[in-house]
Amino acid sequence: MSEIKLENLEKSFDDFVAVEKSNLTIFDNEFFILLGPSGCGKTTTLRMIAGLELPTSGKILLDNEDVTFLRASQRDIAFVFQLFALYPHLNVKRNLAFPLKMQRYKRTEINKRIEEVSELLRIQHLLNSKVSSLSGGDRQRVALGRAIVRRPKAFLMDEPLGTLDAEFRELMCLELRKLHNDIKATTVYVTHDQLEAMSMGDRIAVMNKGKIVQFGTPREIYLRPRNKFVGSFIGSPAMNFIPIHHTIEKTQDKIVINGENYDVPQSIGGTNSTINYLGIRPEKMFLTDKKGISGVVFGSEYLGARKILTIKSEFCDFKVRVTNQTNAQIGSNVRVNFDQKSGIIFDGKTDNAIESKYIKLN
Amino acid sequence: MVDISRSPTESSGFSRKLAALIIIVYAVVTLIPITWIILTGFKSVTSSITYPPEVFFEPSLEGYVNLFTTRTRQSQEYLEALPPPETWYEELVRSREMVIAGPSKFFGRYANSLIIGFGATFLSVFLGALAAYAFSRFKIPLKDDLMFFILSTRMFPPIAVAVPIFIMYRKIGLGDTHLGMIILYTVVNLSLAVWLLKGFMDEIPREYEEAAMIDGYTRMGAFFKIVLPQATTGIAATAIFCMIFSWNEYAFAVLLTQFNAQTAPPFIPTIIGEGGQDWSAIGAGTTLFLIPVMIFTVVLRKHLLRGITFGAVRK
Repeated sequence: MSEIKLENLEKSFDDFVAVEKSNLTIFDNEFFILLGPSGCGKTTTLRMIAGLELPTSGKILLDNEDVTFLRASQRDIAFVFQLFALYPHLNVKRNLAFPLKMQRYKRTEINKRIEEVSELLRIQHLLNSKVSSLSGGDRQRVALGRAIVRRPKAFLMDEPLGTLDAEFRELMCLELRKLHNDIKATTVYVTHDQLEAMSMGDRIAVMNKGKIVQFGTPREIYLRPRNKFVGSFIGSPAMNFIPIHHTIEKTQDKIVINGENYDVPQSIGGTNSTINYLGIRPEKMFLTDKKGISGVVFGSEYLGARKILTIKSEFCDFKVRVTNQTNAQIGSNVRVNFDQKSGIIFDGKTDNAIESKYIKLN
Repeated sequence: MVDISRSPTESSGFSRKLAALIIIVYAVVTLIPITWIILTGFKSVTSSITYPPEVFFEPSLEGYVNLFTTRTRQSQEYLEALPPPETWYEELVRSREMVIAGPSKFFGRYANSLIIGFGATFLSVFLGALAAYAFSRFKIPLKDDLMFFILSTRMFPPIAVAVPIFIMYRKIGLGDTHLGMIILYTVVNLSLAVWLLKGFMDEIPREYEEAAMIDGYTRMGAFFKIVLPQATTGIAATAIFCMIFSWNEYAFAVLLTQFNAQTAPPFIPTIIGEGGQDWSAIGAGTTLFLIPVMIFTVVLRKHLLRGITFGAVRK
């Protein structure tokens, strides 16, 4: 289908910068996710790709064709809105036919396509229903149908699952992903839900405060966050940040926490900040009898097979994911160590990860 | 005993009865003149000016015949020399010792009212919808000031500018033309239309037209295909208000129209019979005049009831 390229794309509203100069390439057939907290500029980026918003500067290329200033209607891109935006005065069938009518397809072709799409999405029985009588999930399907029926160059989706209830959302996640595998269309999907992003995306771009902070596969983003924001935004519970009260030299492979030495992946970069942070995922930490950070069990969340313990130590709080057999009473003293191969050190001033044998920055 | 069938928020029996009584009294007070004028339309000319007025009378279509015709009085000999009358209305006129000289101007005036009334209503709603959409969706410099300016055109009675408009219309040749009256009523109605419709447009989520634009429509196409159908309620309510004004308007019509574009309101009271106003013909004319705006309102009524909540209630 097609490739979408953003070059130095920027958007500001008066003196508020919604999207800072962004560069991004979304490959053909890719399920690409724009992930970030609300107000981070992800929807604005999507709307610029769609042509609903004009960029302040920069370029948008669709299949190497500059579409920056083309009208939405001329870009051949479909958009699925958060609130679906099904036309309330038309029934399901006419909603699906609406984009095709504009492209002056013959009636037989329109009917054929509607049939195909409604079969794909299993909405044949709804074709003559009023939009207002549909459930949230069915509206979602019809909204997708209206996008698919056009066979556009790319799909843009703005939190399309945001209004569904949790159980149904999970199901729709699977369906969407399956749908993508079936029709193989370039898709840009905006969400603030990291679980959705992780479960569906081929690649994810994490945005914060109008900037693309990092992009990569879900695995890369989870295991190797570029800065503290990504570490804390991705993963539930979030990454732990344990303060280190010394500078980091190049090729340093030991850090000191609370007077004890711990091994970390050998650093390549360094920093002269006097406070830095060790970032470590809760599942990479474990209780131990030997050397470790000592603290008191402050909270314990039971999650079936696993438990999440909140530990309060003298200098910070952190969470540890343990199996449910682990015996750790609230209020008891514990010592916690971590998997030394997966520690990431973040510069205390810039919040960026420091390059090491574990985390490579390009 | 406690009446559990009533919810606590419902008012007590007494205040409900009082409310009903007030409404009935109000209805009677407003309906008496209308009933009276309709009844007058079915009286004969003599019965319409009898004192004390007759509540029970022998119905006659004389008023309607007089409304649509002009007549001349003839001598007994002349009438006897004529061939017998062919129609019931000729017979009725002959019985008053007159013959029909030709049609009256009423039909033309009525047609003028229809053309100008519907023309102005259509134009006000159409222009109002475009302006309201623009105000609702686009960043317009001085938007609030412009909206206030539009509103301010209704802060004085329109007739206050009658003299300048009269002179202006005479200079540019719009006096006594249909176009002139349509433009004038549109101008007066437009501020109401813009304000009412903007409220309704604000209620329509932008996503609908954005979806349409992505589906291949231009903004204009999306406006007509998607926004307008969803603003039906507002459009109906606005159309009724505009129609009532332009249909009933009297002062400007008297001032600016005479022969060509005169509407029914200034015409009806001037229907003169022998020896003064022909009240039964005036009654008949008024009755016919009530009908279009009544039909219009009834047709759009279900939208109106929803519409006057100013879009607070969603479909």
